[in-house]
Amino acid sequence: MPGTTKVRSSREAVVLDERKASILEADGCAGPGIACEQASAAGAVSQRACVFCGARVVLNPITDAFHIIHGPIGCSSYTWDIRGSLTSGQDLYRHSFSTDLSETDVIFGGEKKLARAIDQTVEAHAPNVVFVYATCIAGVIGDDVGAVCKAAEERHGIRVIPVQAPGFSGHKAQGYRLAGDAIMKLIGTTPFPRDKARGINILGDFNLAGEMWIVKNYLAGLGIDVITGITGDSCCDELACAPQAKLNVVQCAGSMTALAKRMERDLGIPYIKVSFYGIEDTVSSLMRIAEALGEPETVERTRVFCEEQTRLLDPVVARYRPRLEGRRAAIYVGGGFKAISLIRQFREFGMDAVMVGTQTGRPEDYEVIRSLVSPGCVVLDDANPSELEKFMLERGADILVGGVKERPLAYKLGVAFCDHNHERKHPLAGFVGVRNFAEEINSSMNSPVWTYV
Amino acid sequence: MLEATPRDSVMERHALVANPAKTCQPVGAVYAALGVHGVMPHSHGSQGCIAFHRMFLTRHFKEPAMASTSAFTEGASVFGGGANLKTAVKNIFDIYDPDVIAVHTTCLSETIGDDLHAFVSAIEVPEGKRVIYCSTPSCVGSHVTGFSAMAAGFVEHMAEKTGEPTGKVMVVPGFVNPADMRETKKYLEAFGIDYTMMPDTTGVMDAPMTGTFELYPKGGTPLAEVEALGDAAYSFALGTWASAGCANALKRKHGVDFAELGLPIGVGATDDFVMALARHADHRVPEALEVERGQLVDCMIDAHQYLDGKRVAICGDPDTVIGLVRFVLECGMVPAFVGTGTPGGDFAGAVEAVLDEAGFDRAACWYKAETDYFEMHQRIIQEPVDLLLGPSLWKQIAKAEDVPLVRCGFPVIDRYVHPYIPLVGYKGALQLLQRMADALMDRQDRDCEDCDLEFVM
Repeated sequence: MPGTTKVRSSREAVVLDERKASILEADGCAGPGIACEQASAAGAVSQRACVFCGARVVLNPITDAFHIIHGPIGCSSYTWDIRGSLTSGQDLYRHSFSTDLSETDVIFGGEKKLARAIDQTVEAHAPNVVFVYATCIAGVIGDDVGAVCKAAEERHGIRVIPVQAPGFSGHKAQGYRLAGDAIMKLIGTTPFPRDKARGINILGDFNLAGEMWIVKNYLAGLGIDVITGITGDSCCDELACAPQAKLNVVQCAGSMTALAKRMERDLGIPYIKVSFYGIEDTVSSLMRIAEALGEPETVERTRVFCEEQTRLLDPVVARYRPRLEGRRAAIYVGGGFKAISLIRQFREFGMDAVMVGTQTGRPEDYEVIRSLVSPGCVVLDDANPSELEKFMLERGADILVGGVKERPLAYKLGVAFCDHNHERKHPLAGFVGVRNFAEEINSSMNSPVWTYV
Repeated sequence: MLEATPRDSVMERHALVANPAKTCQPVGAVYAALGVHGVMPHSHGSQGCIAFHRMFLTRHFKEPAMASTSAFTEGASVFGGGANLKTAVKNIFDIYDPDVIAVHTTCLSETIGDDLHAFVSAIEVPEGKRVIYCSTPSCVGSHVTGFSAMAAGFVEHMAEKTGEPTGKVMVVPGFVNPADMRETKKYLEAFGIDYTMMPDTTGVMDAPMTGTFELYPKGGTPLAEVEALGDAAYSFALGTWASAGCANALKRKHGVDFAELGLPIGVGATDDFVMALARHADHRVPEALEVERGQLVDCMIDAHQYLDGKRVAICGDPDTVIGLVRFVLECGMVPAFVGTGTPGGDFAGAVEAVLDEAGFDRAACWYKAETDYFEMHQRIIQEPVDLLLGPSLWKQIAKAEDVPLVRCGFPVIDRYVHPYIPLVGYKGALQLLQRMADALMDRQDRDCEDCDLEFVM
């Protein structure tokens, strides 16, 4: 790559030529779209996880499921209780199970071991459903995981659902699609009479820090039934009821749009995309749910509730806005929809986004992002750490919103941080989430610790 | 919490690991590679592997962990990853400009039969740069053996012999925190021994805050020192599982003799290390170390009535676990359950040697390699313990059984500062003693009746 400058520290960070199409600067007008949904470049220090990881993080919050990772041990160790999803029922999902394939298994095949693992699981725990994740080498060594699962289903009379998720078969978003397929197997494809349908399913809330409960409480207060949460704090019986819903609301669009489309096609349930991050998006989402259900009383009740809740937040905004106004935010999160909410949410406190990136955003997400941000904001897909540092420093970011791998990078640069991923400290959804978010970004940005750097 | 663990009896499992007490080799290889200066660790496998490894290391060290990936696609997994590695090497040197790329394999690249030796030989490497590699299939060993394989890889690919002795010793510190490496260096320096520690993650995984992010922070073994290891006089391998492989490689390649010692955790193991250094340096034990030892023993005596007879369950990496068993025995505690997830080696034999040395009845200690936390939990339910010792992976069990947990080893993913506090040496033992005694005495204060509260302990 002639002409590229080499990078060894944050003072000289640069961008790989192959990556330039995945980074652009918002200029307020339309242009060629950003390159996204592509494989990471070989040699990249990608922040992005694999197909298996995508599938497991979506399915893991199903509280009464038994998750067996069929492969060598690592994939199981790294995803043990990974999500921070809370449960009101069983806690089976907080374990990590693996067939721990050894060298001998690789040579002679792992099918028998897997079958035994399922048998032992059923005997000891009588789970309602077993998910079997086939990781990188299960297919390569010729294990027919589908057949093993099918035989186990017949043997035990429970659902044993294979998730064919070798890491090399795409990136995290492919894993989301596989998880959606697995969930469909629990939901079934028998449509429920539409005239008897009631309530909603919430797709793409994983009950991190109890966020699903917050949203459910709001909806309960408004007289809107939540049939099933997918997958936060859900269980198999609940998932089986999902066809009864009148409407699907999709919170984490990145992971759940494919499933929503499939439920629309197979079950006739329409869907809308929502977001419960920030006042603006929470209000508009609640209103759109109420309107979609079409009962004028509910709409009115929702309007009153939102006004009341927004008013209650006035002092919060008034308190924090002066401390946050004019500061600059950098955003690097999983999906596009969350990034969009965060741009709006920062604006509620007078903060502008100067860098916005996602791991798995889609072209339409990036179009929205470009239309929302101020000119000069850098928009990037599947960024690597040196790009993140370059743009955070260049644009003078005061805080980064991201996940576990981004946190120490921000700290090293003297930039504050808010975890909006699996390790979030407090619920960030809904009206209470606005308060928590303000407290969190304020406490990080305005902490005395930065003065000693 | 953990309601699925059977409480009436211990369930046997043969085909299923539940709540693993180990992870895969590649993450150990990454950690070892981060301990040599100017090296980019590289994972030859799917992109997800390296995302997991960086996350794992970052969760423990709270530091960025840089490493690149061959980013296998479906094509690579059918046709082999040679082309990916070639592109990756070019991109990495062009952009990240390391001095060395340290490649390790994964379960995928091993299973499809990628031949790294052939691949790397065919790749054009810029002048003055190197690509080294080691084999770390995830279906063999654990993160500990992966660390050992990469450390040995550096020796095999880089150590040279010029015939002019450097007089230095190589010290392989074990799969330990930077604070442990700093503490170990203190001992070598106290004896005036000229050494090369390899790998050495001090300054890398405990880098100070400077306001800039360095891709290759100041620490790590300098490459020139790694190259000069062939002329070393002697090696010390601290830890059978994590370190002996590297010392062995240097012996095989350049005939450098070595001493294999346990991790210096507690009085006896640190004494062993100190005496080995004294013999090598032909030097009496420096007074500063004698004072530290004396202080440790003094505090053990002060606290012994609160520790004596307390039942402890220990789990973690084998070298660390063996050291911990030895220390709790020295404190008069009972190592009731001892486990590691790491397969291979003679874990049972090593535990037995420590028990025998202390005159402790083998039958009063349950010990097992290739166990997992689910099994440890079942054992503890049957015969409760007073204290858990090991990584954060005990956390759910500690909560379920309401037993205090003193965190040490890898990984500690739910607390801060751990990588900065040593576990090895007399000072490390003192810290551990304090934390064990605090945990047990806090528990006593919390649980006792008001009338029984001891104001002075």
